[in-house]
Amino acid sequence: MASILAVDDSASMRQMVTFTLKGAGYDVIEAVDGQDALSKARGKQADIVLTDVNMPNMDGIQLIRELRKMPQYKFTPMLLLTTESAAEKKAEGKAAGATGWLVKPFNPDQLLATLKKVLS
Amino acid sequence: MHAEMTQQGAAATGVAANAEQFLTFMLNGEEYGVDILRVQEIKGWESATEIPNTPPYIRGVINLRGTIVPVIDLRRRFELEAIDYTSTTVIIVLRIRTGDSEKTMGFIVDAVSDVYNVTPDQMKPAPEFGGQVRTDYVKGLATVDDKMVILLDIDHLVGADAAFGDADRTAH
Amino acid sequence: MSVDISQFHQVFFEESFEGLEVMETGLLQLGVGEPDLEAINTIFRAAHSIKGGGGTFGFTAISEFTHVMETLLDEMRAGKRLVTREAVDVLLEGVDRLRGLLGSARDGTAADVEEIATTGRRLEHLLNGQQADAVASAAAAAAEAVETHGWRVRFVPAPHLFQTGNDPARLLRELTSLGPCRVDCDIARLPDGADFDPETCYLSWTIELDHDVPEAAVREVFEWVDNDAEILITPLASEVAPAATAAPAALAAVPDAPERRSGEDRRHDESRRQGESKQAATASTSSIRVDIDKVDALINMVGELVITQSMLSQLAADFDPSLIEKLQSGIGQLERNTRELQESVMSIRMMPISFSFNRFPRLVRDLSAKLGKQINLKMAGENTELDKTVLEKIGDPLVHLVRNALDHGIEAPEVRMANGKSAAGTLTLNAFHEGSNIVIEIIDDGAGLDRDRILAKARERGIVGEHETLSDEQIFDLIFAPGFSTAAVVSDVSGRGVGMDVVKRNIKDLGGVVEVESTAGKGSVFRIRLPLTLAILDGQLVRVGEEVYIISLVSIIESLQVKPEAVSSVAGQSELYRLRDEYLPIVRLYDLFDVKPDSENLRDGLLVIVEAEGRKVGLFVDDLLGQQQVVIKSLQTNFRRVDGISGATILGDGKVAMILDTAGLIQLCRTQYQPSKPWQPERQVA
Repeated sequence: MASILAVDDSASMRQMVTFTLKGAGYDVIEAVDGQDALSKARGKQADIVLTDVNMPNMDGIQLIRELRKMPQYKFTPMLLLTTESAAEKKAEGKAAGATGWLVKPFNPDQLLATLKKVLS
Repeated sequence: MHAEMTQQGAAATGVAANAEQFLTFMLNGEEYGVDILRVQEIKGWESATEIPNTPPYIRGVINLRGTIVPVIDLRRRFELEAIDYTSTTVIIVLRIRTGDSEKTMGFIVDAVSDVYNVTPDQMKPAPEFGGQVRTDYVKGLATVDDKMVILLDIDHLVGADAAFGDADRTAH
Repeated sequence: MSVDISQFHQVFFEESFEGLEVMETGLLQLGVGEPDLEAINTIFRAAHSIKGGGGTFGFTAISEFTHVMETLLDEMRAGKRLVTREAVDVLLEGVDRLRGLLGSARDGTAADVEEIATTGRRLEHLLNGQQADAVASAAAAAAEAVETHGWRVRFVPAPHLFQTGNDPARLLRELTSLGPCRVDCDIARLPDGADFDPETCYLSWTIELDHDVPEAAVREVFEWVDNDAEILITPLASEVAPAATAAPAALAAVPDAPERRSGEDRRHDESRRQGESKQAATASTSSIRVDIDKVDALINMVGELVITQSMLSQLAADFDPSLIEKLQSGIGQLERNTRELQESVMSIRMMPISFSFNRFPRLVRDLSAKLGKQINLKMAGENTELDKTVLEKIGDPLVHLVRNALDHGIEAPEVRMANGKSAAGTLTLNAFHEGSNIVIEIIDDGAGLDRDRILAKARERGIVGEHETLSDEQIFDLIFAPGFSTAAVVSDVSGRGVGMDVVKRNIKDLGGVVEVESTAGKGSVFRIRLPLTLAILDGQLVRVGEEVYIISLVSIIESLQVKPEAVSSVAGQSELYRLRDEYLPIVRLYDLFDVKPDSENLRDGLLVIVEAEGRKVGLFVDDLLGQQQVVIKSLQTNFRRVDGISGATILGDGKVAMILDTAGLIQLCRTQYQPSKPWQPERQVA
């Protein structure tokens, strides 16, 4: 099963995402911010990256920018978990190399449906 | 040994619709029952550490795998004749609901008896007992195999007893 | 798959309350007019997380309320809005409302709707009355949705499309899921062999969708690639079907209906979830967030313990008496491991006092404004750790002492200036460790306690006799007497409900003490001394007959054999023991607890002299056993509080022993204890 790098500084969101993904059979690598995610991404190849935008240390957009520089993440689908208010964040994220986004609030079913879309 | 017996009893009797299961025990020749779902375990009598300044029917506290659990002598609680504990004497450990919390307490009885299914129509309200057992602790009487079983309302037995209440509870 | 998200509510509440702390602290430190971008960003992030979580976990009111605050903060960090005092005030107010909203969501109680609406309006007003009318815009969006009879989509991806992780095949697949499609692939851009770069997208497509779907649905498929492709969507010029005149109305209703339903469902879900969260809150015990280093240390220690254990069992498997030294050293190591493990486990419950101190910047800010005083708050030792339970329970007494210092301690600016002091007073909160205690000091440079007024009042109330002389220390201690208030006017700041006596009692309940030092004109120091933990106690085991009791080592002054000539009785009732120049009441524990002792003769046993709250008594026991650290277990968990007993513990042999509450015992014997057999010196100590 695909492995997913889930990045969020909010413990409750992270737990919810992880729980949902694990329940659906995915492998989950959790990270608490961009920096943490970057170091974990180096250690293990993730098939999909799901990241929050606003995080301390390194935000989600910078994370995607950094990941895209790594050859093994050049084509990896990367989704931003963002709020509807941040339209310019979507554009910024796209420019950084994001595949798409999932608008918060979302429920577990929406999360899984979006992932199915991305995974061939 | 006792715990095994109750489980077998429960399995053998099967459960009829609406029937509640009761674990019964002997006390001074009478058979009493408590809701089996409240029974945490049954263990042989062991000496308890006395709690100062409590009524004599509170025998003290025991160490139940690291938890401090009070044990109550039901004979003394019901003001029945006190007897020496024997090899059949057991502590039935029950979960009691008081207010919004759940407490674990042990009750010393003469012996464990059986497990019965009691349907609502088998249960009759308790008449006056003439002072021995206050009726408000009694959920009802049931006749099983021509025997009378006194079904106890264990929450009420504890909840209505000032000896179990915090002295300062009203202050909080 | 259905996931019950209410299981994450507890974590959401915890992190949101922490987020509010972050916001509050940040807002208080935010300099007006000189925005510190990183500080604003931190506040923004906290608000953002609360909003996101609120929406995700079904607490719409929370996420909607936070949304306005988040927008304000977003404008501030983008430099579009000035950081004004007013803005900070309103945002702080918003933090308070959010705290209320979170609390009521967690506890399932009703929130103060009026209060929330008022703050909400103030926030909206701050946003220049830009009120996003969600309903109106939603209606407008709905009106835009025009029904059609199919679409032609021209999809020309940019060459770099693959590098955004998007795959044209996926998009086409999604499009076909909307209905039957005809797909034409345009390969005109494909280069010849050598120039072909597999990382570049050369293909483009034209798709015809013969199905009545809203344009928005088609657009949504390409939402993520909007900027990475040329997308042209045009209605299919198909012939109008015979029934077309009737169809539009029916079609328009269809996509709308399920949405309305889902909105209702969500509301139902929310009320249900909030009901569940209430259950969860009452059922689950409070959780604790632990520094990962502590957990790692614990894991290491358990590792060592396992190694020691296996070493010992190996030794025991084929034991040779010549290995006795090795065995002893192994057991020594096991003891060390166990002790370390215990300390490490205890440290998990330890949290920095900053959790309690954090509320004071806000409190001091609000109160000083209210009182018209200028006050600088200084804090030191915020990282000093103490047990979580102690930390939680010390909060209210601390607030009371701080309020008291601001209200009665520090003078108004004009009074200070008249006395040659700076206009601004200073309040210092200080915490540090001292042995196995934590000391918390509340220091003000105010007027100090008025010794004469306190004494006069105590005389007036009959607390102190007319001709009694007291030391300063004793006089200051009078302010903790029940019903004693030194304030000339009862202000609404210190309140009239609880007094210093409650503060003292709360501290005492935690096994601590509070003392006052004060110098007229210079200020006061309130010093609280608390045990670091309520979970472990250094105990002295004593024996009375067959019973073993534990006395806290810190309360024991000394243990001694009774000298018969030092015993005297008062009115044939209570017995006193003369120790140097003091007379101490003797408490026969067997009598107080109604157990059978080895001997009732004072000469056969020992007196353990204990002190609590400045009072000393001699506890008569049969024998002293060892000293050891014991883990305190509550009697209240399954029973109730018992006078004179602070808890119980399990000894090495598995038996339960009662831990004596020294202060409670002294109190108990003052009110209840009547020796059943008045002591007869001639008969018993012959």
